[in-house]
Amino acid sequence: MARSQDDPLTTMEVAPDLTAAAEVDEVPSEILAQSLGEYLRGWWARVKNGDSGVLPVVLATVVVAITFEILTPENAFLRPSNVIYIFQESTVYMVLAMAEIVVLLIGEIDLSIGSVSLLGGVIAFKLVQAPGPNWPWWGAIIGALLVCAAIGALQGSLVARLKIPSFVVTLGGFLLFSGILVLVLGGADGSVSVSASVPNQSVIYNLVQGFIDPVAGWIALAVVLAVGSSALWLRASARRRSGLVAPPQSLTVIRIALLAAVGIGVVALSDINRANIGTIAGVPWVIPIVLAVLGVWTLLLQRTRFGRYVYAIGGNPEAARRAGVSLPAIRTWVFVLSSVTAGTAGILLGSFFYGQFSTNTADPGQLVLYAVAAAVIGGTSLFGGRGKAIHGVLGGLVIGGIAYGMALLGLAAQWEYIVTGAVLLGAVLVDVLSRRGAGSGSVARA
Amino acid sequence: MPEALLKLREIDKHFGPVQALYHVNLDLPAGQVTGLCGDNGAGKSVLTRCIAGVHQPDHGQIYFEGRPVHIRSARDAAALGIETVYQDLALADNLDIVQNMFLGRERVRRELLDEDSMERAAAETLSSLRVTTVRSIRQPVASLSGGQRQSVAVAKAVMWNSRVALLDEPTAALGVVQTRMVLDLIRRLRDRGLAVMVISHNLSDVFEVADRIAVLYLGRMVAEGPVAEFDRQSTVEYMTTGSSGGRPVVPGGAALDGAVG
Repeated sequence: MARSQDDPLTTMEVAPDLTAAAEVDEVPSEILAQSLGEYLRGWWARVKNGDSGVLPVVLATVVVAITFEILTPENAFLRPSNVIYIFQESTVYMVLAMAEIVVLLIGEIDLSIGSVSLLGGVIAFKLVQAPGPNWPWWGAIIGALLVCAAIGALQGSLVARLKIPSFVVTLGGFLLFSGILVLVLGGADGSVSVSASVPNQSVIYNLVQGFIDPVAGWIALAVVLAVGSSALWLRASARRRSGLVAPPQSLTVIRIALLAAVGIGVVALSDINRANIGTIAGVPWVIPIVLAVLGVWTLLLQRTRFGRYVYAIGGNPEAARRAGVSLPAIRTWVFVLSSVTAGTAGILLGSFFYGQFSTNTADPGQLVLYAVAAAVIGGTSLFGGRGKAIHGVLGGLVIGGIAYGMALLGLAAQWEYIVTGAVLLGAVLVDVLSRRGAGSGSVARA
Repeated sequence: MPEALLKLREIDKHFGPVQALYHVNLDLPAGQVTGLCGDNGAGKSVLTRCIAGVHQPDHGQIYFEGRPVHIRSARDAAALGIETVYQDLALADNLDIVQNMFLGRERVRRELLDEDSMERAAAETLSSLRVTTVRSIRQPVASLSGGQRQSVAVAKAVMWNSRVALLDEPTAALGVVQTRMVLDLIRRLRDRGLAVMVISHNLSDVFEVADRIAVLYLGRMVAEGPVAEFDRQSTVEYMTTGSSGGRPVVPGGAALDGAVG
């Protein structure tokens, strides 16, 4: 190809993931990746480059479902009542994983979120006790989350301002708050509970244990689908009209269809009567609650300056610093918001265990491992800068499925630990290997 | 010749007992590329950092459009329109091109990032600089080649109405084709009227793109002038010995000081 020297195309540089240079040469960059075929090819290139998105977690969900369905006696794993129970249990891991993901995004780790989470839950439960403080349920939740925020601010400041490795700070925090948790509970055999029959306490009890009336559930789903799909559609077509990078129309349709299928599937499944005697049906309240947490974190991470700086710090702290980003402020805020999210998970956890906290309700160490595993299985990198809130939701479902499957099989504690550890290491292995693949594409940071 | 956009006069900088810069004078005229040459340890990086606001000179004065200025931070430099592209580029691999170009200066509408407007502005800047080789400006920087990264870093630096661009070893570690792409980009900056300073070891790149050449030798500016006054031979001699073919070392610009007072 003979071209004049000034022709920009002669200096065409080809990204390593491109299949053929000649193919790209003739096409203006705006048109590329706009048809479904091109999009899929670009996606496959990203997968090969180590950015596999949600593909592994979807596969993991299928593998977990099939494995336990085969292993469990009478193939009970995928019964509607069990699936709803898995949803309920998973929501705790989902919210915890989202708390861990933000910390992982800036290249740190928080080992204390298990104990902070339980402490938040116990404080909220303590505050609604009557006789006792007898706070209104919303006041108790806010109070508990403020305590979590203070804990996050403390640990975050130690990491961000005194530059102590987060691993050390939060390992200390894990032990410290695990101890305080037992003190707040009132000793080794202490406990605290909320009752479904006390109106103020029942709100907290029903966060996970309560169900939405089936009719209301369908109406809510219809509203959510209508608003969500039109927002997706309008945004994509507006960007396409003004010549900005946008997914192909067919992909938007596929996304909307998937969204609708999942939504209808969940609501339909929830509406099957799952009680042996009487009727229990409807979507658990916790599902819209988790979706709200997901929405808030997605908005914060993808659409605000704060989120952009979180990713920048995880990708290249020096670039962020030179761009004028206050690293200590962003890092501290990440720990604050992560701890608040963990506290939310703790309140859900208490509700999931039928409104009861005791010292052996949950092992804070195992909660941390589950949270990290859920984040990494979902597709978030341990090395910072890569991950999304949705990864927590998807990874949390896998972890919830594994946890419930093991309970259903009646595995002894030692096997539970072995399986949990193996799952975590496996997820980390996938992360490291895919990152090595992605590393080959970068030059300047070598 | 019109007055240079950026002038350095009698710049001294020492770190402890080490005198890094000694009475350095330098002119960076608008619409011209100045190649700053010198061996390792000659003081090129220190000089660049003095202009970029990372270091403060111990003595001497910097003039911007004839006004004496004090550049105490990168922020001060940016306020004057002085942008530096360091060798390590400072791009976040995980962010896409638009996100990198606007890092720290994001546009927001009702507290939410205005992605559409940023994407449009980034695309305009890239196409005006004829950086047209990237497949999509929404691809992460990790997937770019070295030359593309350099182009993005330069475009990021100059999209803020900058007047002066300092480029530290822009062609180091680049192949032949990519080097040509970056040199073309440097010419386009010059055509836009920017005062460009290119710090480079690679003399063939310097001679290809520079209008003026300045040579540092052990912290002293030993030669400075239009590229026509230099050839490779003399430049290498200046860089390695501080003088060339018996030509005297260019005297310090004491006489010029009074003129700009």
